[in-house]
Amino acid sequence: MSDPKQMRPASRARDAVFQWFCFLMACGVLVLIVLVGYVLWGGSADVFRKFGWKFLTGSDWDPNTGSFGALPFIFGTLVSSLLALAIAAPLAISTAIYLTELAPHRLRQPLVFMIEMLSAIPSVIYGLWAIFIMLPWLSQSVFPLLRHSLGALPKSIPLFHHEIPTPALLFSGPTGAGYSMLSGAIIIAVMILPIITSVSREILRSVPDLQREAAYGLGATRWEVTRIAVLSYAKKGLFGAMILGLGRALGETMAVTMVIGNTPRISPSLFSPGYTLASVIANEFAEATSDDYLHALVAIGLVLMAVTVVVNLCAQLILKLSGTEVGAVR
Amino acid sequence: MKTRHLFTAILALAGLALGTTGAQAQLTINGAGATFPNPLYSKWFDAYRKVDPSVQINYQAIGSGGGQKQISEQTVDFGASDGPMSDESLAKAQGGKLLHLPTVAGAVVITFNVTGVSNLKLDGPTIANIFLGKVTNWNDAAIAAQNKGVKLPDQDISVVHRSDGSGTSYIFTDYLSAVSPDWKSKVGKNTSVSWPAGLGAKGNEGVSGQIKQTPGSIGYVELIYALQNKLPYADVKNADGEYVKASLDSVTAALATATIPDDFRFSMVNAPGKTAYPISGVTWLLVYAQQKDAAKGKKLVEFLKWAYQDGEGMAKTLDYSPLPDTVRSKVVERIGTIKF
Repeated sequence: MSDPKQMRPASRARDAVFQWFCFLMACGVLVLIVLVGYVLWGGSADVFRKFGWKFLTGSDWDPNTGSFGALPFIFGTLVSSLLALAIAAPLAISTAIYLTELAPHRLRQPLVFMIEMLSAIPSVIYGLWAIFIMLPWLSQSVFPLLRHSLGALPKSIPLFHHEIPTPALLFSGPTGAGYSMLSGAIIIAVMILPIITSVSREILRSVPDLQREAAYGLGATRWEVTRIAVLSYAKKGLFGAMILGLGRALGETMAVTMVIGNTPRISPSLFSPGYTLASVIANEFAEATSDDYLHALVAIGLVLMAVTVVVNLCAQLILKLSGTEVGAVR
Repeated sequence: MKTRHLFTAILALAGLALGTTGAQAQLTINGAGATFPNPLYSKWFDAYRKVDPSVQINYQAIGSGGGQKQISEQTVDFGASDGPMSDESLAKAQGGKLLHLPTVAGAVVITFNVTGVSNLKLDGPTIANIFLGKVTNWNDAAIAAQNKGVKLPDQDISVVHRSDGSGTSYIFTDYLSAVSPDWKSKVGKNTSVSWPAGLGAKGNEGVSGQIKQTPGSIGYVELIYALQNKLPYADVKNADGEYVKASLDSVTAALATATIPDDFRFSMVNAPGKTAYPISGVTWLLVYAQQKDAAKGKKLVEFLKWAYQDGEGMAKTLDYSPLPDTVRSKVVERIGTIKF
């Protein structure tokens, strides 16, 4: 390391330029987020002034009577995204473990290539595939099976004089042609699979080999090595990969719109149609003519941004709370 | 070698740029709005370049909402919309009085997927009740009474509607409001409404795809889409009590008998006349009565006159219903009053 004072003036100037350039670029990102927020707020302030909290808690969306409630959309976005994450995360992380720890070296590169290709497929193609291939399969085989097995369990159990609803409720009700919350979640899961896998793989690869060797040296089996030496070391990073995937899931629009059924209703059954924040904007923005209607759609955009921020903050919080534990294992 | 290629390419490009700008100062007229008439409008603008090479007309099919907004704020020279503007929005137009000029009409058809049924007859109240979720089975007496001799199955009706805001939904809900007081009070008409029953699918292709896959389903699509994709669709009972199949002619017939007010903001659903198909509507161009830019205004009026003279003839080849001559001459007369 050379002391900056001893550097030639030219390189010192270049250093300063470099530093300022990067600083400005970093600020640019911040400014962009603030501007987006500002524009969304500017376009939707009227709606919040008029409806107040009712905009978030109301469940009636009727452009004709001018009543706008975003709750079914918030519900749809959260349920479909979290469900998608629940489906995709185990798959993606297992795949990443296989790719870094278990797969024969000759197989790794082709597999990685194929997974990365999944993320290159446009959203609308996923949607078409879902409509023509996934939905018929789900509605004819998978959904009836779920309905007759899990859905047939008791829908509520008595506990302390209350009827406590059980998860069987999720798989009850008519399955129709498959346009449903569950189909939406499954297609999102497919779409966020590559990013979670790629990031997880990078994180697992960054686990030092020393870590693994030490565990093997203690006589650990392959599973024990993965669990103790690799996974606990990479826990934080893997969680981060999941959050990245969740961020993508929250904003996913086209393919979801094509399979979720676009009905603003809150229903416990995953077989019933739903609606997401991103979908309603994509669907209705182009033909929204009245001012209130337009403002309400911009407000939906602001809510979507807020939901994303809140979910990310929650994730940070969870990470912080579990931080001590991760450290202890290390 | 490579650099020389690059050099020639740049020279060629420069020549091209000079060639186009050098020929004549070209005037650009910008328009934006409805997506439904976009194929026809594109064809018009393309053909008009040969008629008057000094004008270039750009049209962006961004949707009726955007069209109304942009012409109100004068960011475009003309707008286009599938629904008429409300009095409230018209009052907000910054460039003064906005004219509605109807160009062509389109129809909405009821398409269905019922095993063993290829022809279906429906009247307005029945369609409204199906979409209200009141008639829920194909063997309902209301449907059976109109379809004697057709074997209707004992099957639940799945309703499919558009999820995206669209002129198609506007025409359809406008019709349902005209034939069913219940629909009018509970749902009303708009490009998007709060649907009491069924699932939403995106675009004509989304609706028809969902219907093809769901036995027992019913939905509505644009006539053009149904014709081009050979979908089955129902005969609908019109105001004169006749069951009419949707076609370009039965839509023009409805236009001829519809009552048209002086400002052309009219609804032609459920028009009288034996051969009129009841679920149809026109699409409009939105133009200021007083043009801000004299040169552009002059060219725009010239184009509009051409469109109604020669352009209307192209409508049928693209499956749009042209205006009947009586209406067309009234519109041309109105175009003559535009000042610039």
